[in-house]
Amino acid sequence: MNSIWRLLLPVVMVAVIGFGSGLFPSNTMAASSTAEQHSEMAGSEGVENESTIASLPAPKLKRSDYPNIGTSSRAIVWVFAQMHLFFGALVLAVPIFVLVIELIGFKTKDDRYDDMAHEFMKISLTAYAITALFGGTLALSLFLLYPQFMTYMMQAFGSQVLIYALLFFLESILLYIYYYGWDALRYGNRKWVHLTLGLLLNGVGTTLLVVANSWSTFMMAPSGIDPATGVVTGGIWEIMKGPLWNPLNLHRFIANIAFGGAVVGAYAAFKFLAARTAAEKAHYDWMGYTSNFIAILAFLPLPFAGYWLMAEVYAYSQQMGILAMGGILAWLFVIQAVLICTILLAGNYYLWTGMARTEGGERYRWLTKYIAGVLVIGFLVWITPHNVIYTTDEIARLGGGNHPMLGPLGIMPAKNIAVFCMLIFTFLSFQLYRRADKVITVAWQDWGNSLMVVIYIIAIANVIFAGVYYGYFTNTVYKVGSSVIQVMSTVVVIVAGVVIDGLMFKGARQLPVYWGKVSDRSQYALFALPIAFTWLMALMGYIRSSVRTHWHVYAVMEDKSPDNFIPPLATVGNMVTGITLLFLVFVLFIFWIANLSGTKQVPPAIVSKPAVAEGA
Amino acid sequence: MNALIKPLGFCVVLVLAFGAVTYILPQVKGEAPEEEEVLVGALTMESFVAMGEKLYSGKGTCTLCHNSLGRAPDLLTFDVVKVSLERMADSQYQGKAADVEGYLLESMLQPSAYVVKGFGKKGSNDTESPMPAVNQPPIQLSEVAIGAIIAFLQNKDGNPVTVALPTAAPESDKSVETAETKPEPPKSPEEVIAKYGCAACHSMLGTESVVGPNLNDVGKRLKIDEIRTSIIDPKAVIADGFPPIMPNFPAMTVGELEMVTQLLVQQIEAQP
Repeated sequence: MNSIWRLLLPVVMVAVIGFGSGLFPSNTMAASSTAEQHSEMAGSEGVENESTIASLPAPKLKRSDYPNIGTSSRAIVWVFAQMHLFFGALVLAVPIFVLVIELIGFKTKDDRYDDMAHEFMKISLTAYAITALFGGTLALSLFLLYPQFMTYMMQAFGSQVLIYALLFFLESILLYIYYYGWDALRYGNRKWVHLTLGLLLNGVGTTLLVVANSWSTFMMAPSGIDPATGVVTGGIWEIMKGPLWNPLNLHRFIANIAFGGAVVGAYAAFKFLAARTAAEKAHYDWMGYTSNFIAILAFLPLPFAGYWLMAEVYAYSQQMGILAMGGILAWLFVIQAVLICTILLAGNYYLWTGMARTEGGERYRWLTKYIAGVLVIGFLVWITPHNVIYTTDEIARLGGGNHPMLGPLGIMPAKNIAVFCMLIFTFLSFQLYRRADKVITVAWQDWGNSLMVVIYIIAIANVIFAGVYYGYFTNTVYKVGSSVIQVMSTVVVIVAGVVIDGLMFKGARQLPVYWGKVSDRSQYALFALPIAFTWLMALMGYIRSSVRTHWHVYAVMEDKSPDNFIPPLATVGNMVTGITLLFLVFVLFIFWIANLSGTKQVPPAIVSKPAVAEGA
Repeated sequence: MNALIKPLGFCVVLVLAFGAVTYILPQVKGEAPEEEEVLVGALTMESFVAMGEKLYSGKGTCTLCHNSLGRAPDLLTFDVVKVSLERMADSQYQGKAADVEGYLLESMLQPSAYVVKGFGKKGSNDTESPMPAVNQPPIQLSEVAIGAIIAFLQNKDGNPVTVALPTAAPESDKSVETAETKPEPPKSPEEVIAKYGCAACHSMLGTESVVGPNLNDVGKRLKIDEIRTSIIDPKAVIADGFPPIMPNFPAMTVGELEMVTQLLVQQIEAQP
């Protein structure tokens, strides 16, 4: 009974907070101080809503309305927003899997899990302060550089932003108690208190995430307003629950976990390479493995969440969807392919090298070259563009705008086949890794293995058939529908693999695992993962934001600033590269701080007696 | 220290490598659509159609969906006028258009009035179009711009353009600049003739020239439409015994054209 109460408490709390936000009118903040300014800007009358507070149209701006500080306002906001999102993602994600690891440690009574979870939280704690700093700087820069836009947003969201601030206080309090109370609440019933604190922390953190997401999705697909004027017509709930809100919530929630897992994996790799003892190597090898496991596990369903988000974007505005996937922004998906393939190759490589930890891994080594082959072919198909900018002479020689052989590989059906095959084979690597340290003993193991092989064959055939048939021999409507078959085929492989293995592992003989017995080279996969994830997050965030084109709030409030264009791809690349490098610098700082906090200076008296120190 | 330097170097190289990929891709800049400054009084049918073509692939963003990829019917691959007539006769047609111009206008302002089979919103059974109304945000085309696109669609397959050339910008149409702020246009047909130097080649209004046909009795020989056509497209019909040297006048406004045509149609007496 107590456990149920403990589990329900954060849910109730989040619901109360949500209800509380509904008690406030959505536009209280904009009530009087900005009313005059707004009327002037919009040049039209405001209207009275049910709460009798003036709700004003979205301002129609001129270029001269934007403050000019001598440099690109968009670039400044871009850097601060992206840095805030990186650290925000890390801070919100780490406590999620830390809680799970802590619970595993508690249930298995294995202190190693508890220590590892605590160490993960150390990284999150330092990142938290940096998140807040970037968040504050972002808010200040937005109010300075885009004052009218922020005024309109404040009018739309009203006191919800105060709820957000309140949640931040709550998050801080819970985070500090959760981290600093770790050892004080470590055993027995006190551990339950600690786990409840972790659950509350995650409840508040996730609420913060979805509240902030509503601002982004309102800008992309505004709701709760009059589309012709931008006048707020609905309550805060109608403004928040736009058509893209839940897809973005899910996508960011999963992506944050993958990102957080990758970043703490880099920390483990760094500590592994710096380790001086076998015990340290073993600990950080295990920590790195766990991080990679979290990152890849969260990464696998991410394309499905992304698919849902893009499907909703298309449903909301076909024009917006096409701009992202088939217009000027479509070229960026070539880079996305490079990044995701880097993630998959790094994740797979880490699993293959990890099989060296156990003798059982040798049984599956022969398969890795075939998996690698599929990943490389998939990568090549994925990065093949539909067309490029040709000279007249080149078009004449090609006989058209598309390459006769490679042209068909440039469209979505080919890429879908490549992506889903890569995901299926990544799961195969993962499955082989899980089997590497076990000798299956159930009597029906041959049947089980055969069933698994058949499921793989049917799923792959399904993915290829759906892609080829619906992609090339039917019209566009069916092309989109074919993705559902491919998604389902991939999900069936993953679910069937987990279930069948789960049953087959019953009574399996466990082979010894030698933690720390991996090559230093394998650790570089753990560095490649967060770098690719970081670059990818910045890139996809840019694409998501850019589909609004020259609108602050899509089709409601036009962006008339000097930066209201979509920059050339190299400019985007420079920005994303610069921001990723900046993030890298801050992450190094976090690792250094985390390392420093565990370093104790040897007292001078002991230094003068080396024999004693050695003995210690 | 080595444990830090090597991974750091690896990470930096990887970040830069990802950034380098953006340099090998086409560098295209997506400018925000600019408000067209159109001198309504200075429009000719030719420039009006050309404006429609530019809007079709530019600010109107029509080609984003109406292309060969199958998102929407590719209007450039068939005779839009002919197909419009077929669709107006279709029992599924729910609109109120009486002619092709009206149908095309309706399809832009109320795209769901008739949804081509297979191109409706998912789950709507082709009763709802995914196309946005082009006079609303985010496209926000003006009345003149919509008219120009219709003119382009009618003209592209050689059909007659039925859209009237705009003579003044609608009050609400802020994107269209009227000619009032520009240099004064000719106020009489004589000023138009003087502006374009017609009398340099033609005998008319008391002047004599044998380079082109005598226009003193042109009203007796040609109907008003023929006179208009001869000015818009001088090479359409070449008068016997004269070389095809008369130029086009792309800058001639519709007002100027009308003034000079009305004057010429009244020239029925052969001058000495």
